[in-house]
Amino acid sequence: MSKAQIMNGNELISEAALVAGCRFYSGYPITPSSEIPEHLSKRMPEVGGVFIQFEDEIASAMAAVGASYAGYKSMTASSGPGISLKQEAIGLACMMELPLVVVNVMRGGPSTGLPTRVSQADVMQARWGTHGDHMIIAVAPETLLETYTETIRAFNMAEKYRTPVYILTDAVLAHLNGRVELPDPSELEIIDRTQPSVSPEEFNPYDVEKFGVVPPLPNKENFPKYRFHMTGLNKDKTGFPTVNKEAVEADEERMITKITDNIKDIESFEYYKMDDADLVVFAYGTNAAAARVAIDEARESGIKVGMFRPITLWPFPEKQVAELGKTFNKTIVTEINLGQMLYEVERVTQGNTEISTVLQASGVPIRPQQILDKIKEVS
Amino acid sequence: MAFHYELRFAGIGGQGNMLAGAIIAEAAIFFEGKYATQVPTYTSQVRGGPTKADIIISDEPIYFAESTHINFFLALDQRTYELYKGDTLDGAIVLVDNGLVNVPEEDKKRWDVYEYPIVKTAKYDVGNVITANILSVGMTGELTHIMSLDNIFKAVEKRVPPAFLELNEKAFNMGVEIAKKLKAEKGKN
Repeated sequence: MSKAQIMNGNELISEAALVAGCRFYSGYPITPSSEIPEHLSKRMPEVGGVFIQFEDEIASAMAAVGASYAGYKSMTASSGPGISLKQEAIGLACMMELPLVVVNVMRGGPSTGLPTRVSQADVMQARWGTHGDHMIIAVAPETLLETYTETIRAFNMAEKYRTPVYILTDAVLAHLNGRVELPDPSELEIIDRTQPSVSPEEFNPYDVEKFGVVPPLPNKENFPKYRFHMTGLNKDKTGFPTVNKEAVEADEERMITKITDNIKDIESFEYYKMDDADLVVFAYGTNAAAARVAIDEARESGIKVGMFRPITLWPFPEKQVAELGKTFNKTIVTEINLGQMLYEVERVTQGNTEISTVLQASGVPIRPQQILDKIKEVS
Repeated sequence: MAFHYELRFAGIGGQGNMLAGAIIAEAAIFFEGKYATQVPTYTSQVRGGPTKADIIISDEPIYFAESTHINFFLALDQRTYELYKGDTLDGAIVLVDNGLVNVPEEDKKRWDVYEYPIVKTAKYDVGNVITANILSVGMTGELTHIMSLDNIFKAVEKRVPPAFLELNEKAFNMGVEIAKKLKAEKGKN
């Protein structure tokens, strides 16, 4: 299928979720994410799934966690203010090790901020919004097509690593209506959670010794046959609480290393026009589109500039960015906030590259011209 | 050089400018085989806040989808006109409802300005104020000549409920005729 369609980012997330196997959506509408529940309220019943609008964000996020426990691929979506409310449930999914996809269509903040305007100011919230030591996966698509493919990848990673995964888009990408040619669903890899190979009596949801670092988890067909306990407390292999210090330490570390040890599988990034570049721009999400246009224009006037674009934002691409620091004397970091991933770039490059910034928190997109001006200034 | 054209439809919430922009983008994609984007910008107010739809049509994939070099600017509200006119290129086509927008003299020197009581015409001559946006679409098609009028109308047909098609066809055709008349007055064709 290569028929051109017109869709916006929110509709693409919704359709991709269905193709990925999502059959449970719970949420509470909020601009600029509301087209996701609007679309899924029609589409979810058509595929035999469950759509519920709850009384608030907290209840809806908890329901999504509960549905995942019951074997459903589940998703919830919101924007910054709602994501703040959902943090408790996201932490619970981290601790219970339940697959969950959380969409944050970023808008201005803090608090209710700029409901209809663009921002990338929740990237650190995605990493550290819920309390406690934990790792998180977050992806930030740039284009409409990538919004579709990254949503599918988000579900796959959630299932494979039994973890919450954020999709970070923004008000521009959410409402951008444009031409897309979607891949044939049969060409897409869809990953489902591994099913227990043991009888219900022998099954423990965190039996690392028997199953490895990511134990199997019953899907919705098998869930009624398996009885098992999960809790927000630190747990042993049975899912019941423990305070055994060795067990807790190992559990805490495994919940992080199950992701970081598989970084090769999880990481995703783009090097754009970097082969001969002597200046690098670090940009992500829709803001990378502005950087891309700026780089093309700069090259027309002979400036050799390229872009490193992380698509997986968390875990942070430490190896690649450390390498950039060693290779380039100068780096431009641009993001639609007052400097958040900037901290990570600074941390990882350890002073090896001189960092300039193009940052903006006014609710409007950073324009290619602003990035071009900075490129010309530092090159 | 590859074809690249940027439009902005600005007004206040409820006028139908977002839909008008979507129709132009859909005509380009579905019936002209081009790339196109439509990005709406609006405020928290359900109706009455300043809104704009940025539309880009191109032979090539579009990355940055906000209009920054505008070739055609439509405005149906004074405040929104002032707020969003800034990205309009010198010599660009500017269309306003002169019952709602007063274009300053210096702007008339800078741009190729067309003025017409669009909303009133929709209300009294077409017969329903809700057709103002389709009247604008017809005028846009004739003033810009970026696509065939047939293809733009096909996109109108795709969007408009069947019960209102006849009314909107009347609005579209009236928009085309008005634009022809305005051009003729300026000695253009």
